[in-house]
Amino acid sequence: MNFHGFEIVWSQRDEMLSGLALTLQIVVISSALAGIVGFAAFWLLVQGRSSIVRPMKTAIDLIRAVPFMLLCYLIYYGLPSLGVTFSNMTAGVTALTIYNAAYVAELLRGSWKAQPPEANEAARALGFHGWKLVTRIILPPVFLDAVPMLGNQMIQVIKDSAFLVIITVQELTYSANEIQATYYVPFASFICAILFYWILCLGVEGGVRSLVRVAESRR
Amino acid sequence: MTTIDYLALLAGAGNTIAISAIAIVLGSPLGLMLALIRWAKVPGLDGLVAILVSLLRATPSVTLMLLVYFALPVLGIELPRVVAAVSTLALGSMAYNCEIWRGALLTFPKDQLDAAKAFGMRRNLRLQHIILPQLVRSALPALVNEMTLLIKVSPAIAVIGVTDVTRAAVRIGASTYQPVPPFTVALLIYLAIIGALVLAQRLFENRQLAGNAA
Repeated sequence: MNFHGFEIVWSQRDEMLSGLALTLQIVVISSALAGIVGFAAFWLLVQGRSSIVRPMKTAIDLIRAVPFMLLCYLIYYGLPSLGVTFSNMTAGVTALTIYNAAYVAELLRGSWKAQPPEANEAARALGFHGWKLVTRIILPPVFLDAVPMLGNQMIQVIKDSAFLVIITVQELTYSANEIQATYYVPFASFICAILFYWILCLGVEGGVRSLVRVAESRR
Repeated sequence: MTTIDYLALLAGAGNTIAISAIAIVLGSPLGLMLALIRWAKVPGLDGLVAILVSLLRATPSVTLMLLVYFALPVLGIELPRVVAAVSTLALGSMAYNCEIWRGALLTFPKDQLDAAKAFGMRRNLRLQHIILPQLVRSALPALVNEMTLLIKVSPAIAVIGVTDVTRAAVRIGASTYQPVPPFTVALLIYLAIIGALVLAQRLFENRQLAGNAA
């Protein structure tokens, strides 16, 4: 093995870094949106009437049983035949958002169900009610307990974002593939891409660890 | 969609199931091996395995697939598509399985091991008769969960041209200019595969519960 390939990748670092930047952008936007949509879905699941809850549960189970790549194709190629057209980037972010929002809703619900009822009862006895009860007493432990799982979900977003290469979003894997196709250095270029994905995931894990420390100190 | 299209999707389903099944059959024992290396804290190897597993778990399956498919020939190893597909999925599955087995090993009750030692059982015997049978039981839900995850990333094999369900659907969509029907059928096929796995796990667990109660 020689390092010639890595020299070529280094000379093409601008393309690699622009791919990395787009991956980062996709991950941040999709995670934020998936968090918001997932939270809304979770709130409807625990507060809504059964006429809303039941179809939502079915939809969430359905999405969670489908491969992400298929959802991606369905949104990018399928929706235009229903009259809705997207750019590939919008389609990708939409697919990532919908897919991961289903998981976020489900894991927030799990965290909600695992909470002991005492805090809620004590707060009510002390006169908390309405909005204040929800934001000060009920939701904080739900979120803090869900942090590690939310972190895992964000890692899933990072990994799923590579699937967007199939609808030619020019993210990290796309850049790596372009460089390997032009200069025939598949080993070096994909290894570099994988190292970048690793760094991103380790970053998320580090963030989760410091958030968990905050959660522990609040307990 | 014509009958031939439906047959093409079914053939794709066959490929998806076969390739995923082989990847699982390879990935689970390999993962167990890595987990045992970490559990036994084999000097040197322990850290190496930890790094490898962390790296593989952070690697998107598409990227790994492209690496295996394009880079191995450069190193002088020519692999047919299907073999590249199976090995990539098995590698990813191995990393996840390693963590599952390791988790099960770490929560294994220590008193049983001490008792086995007190009876003079050797290491291999302990592993074979005391640890493994219980390990399989406690790790089973997580293992089935990992299998469904594997099925869900398996469309990555379509990227290197293996005709699985997803690729068959893409082809039909491209030739008929109507992508929605084949994708919907593909979706139902995936639902059926994953549903069957979850159902099998429930049946197995119920049987175990019944066995424990009796």
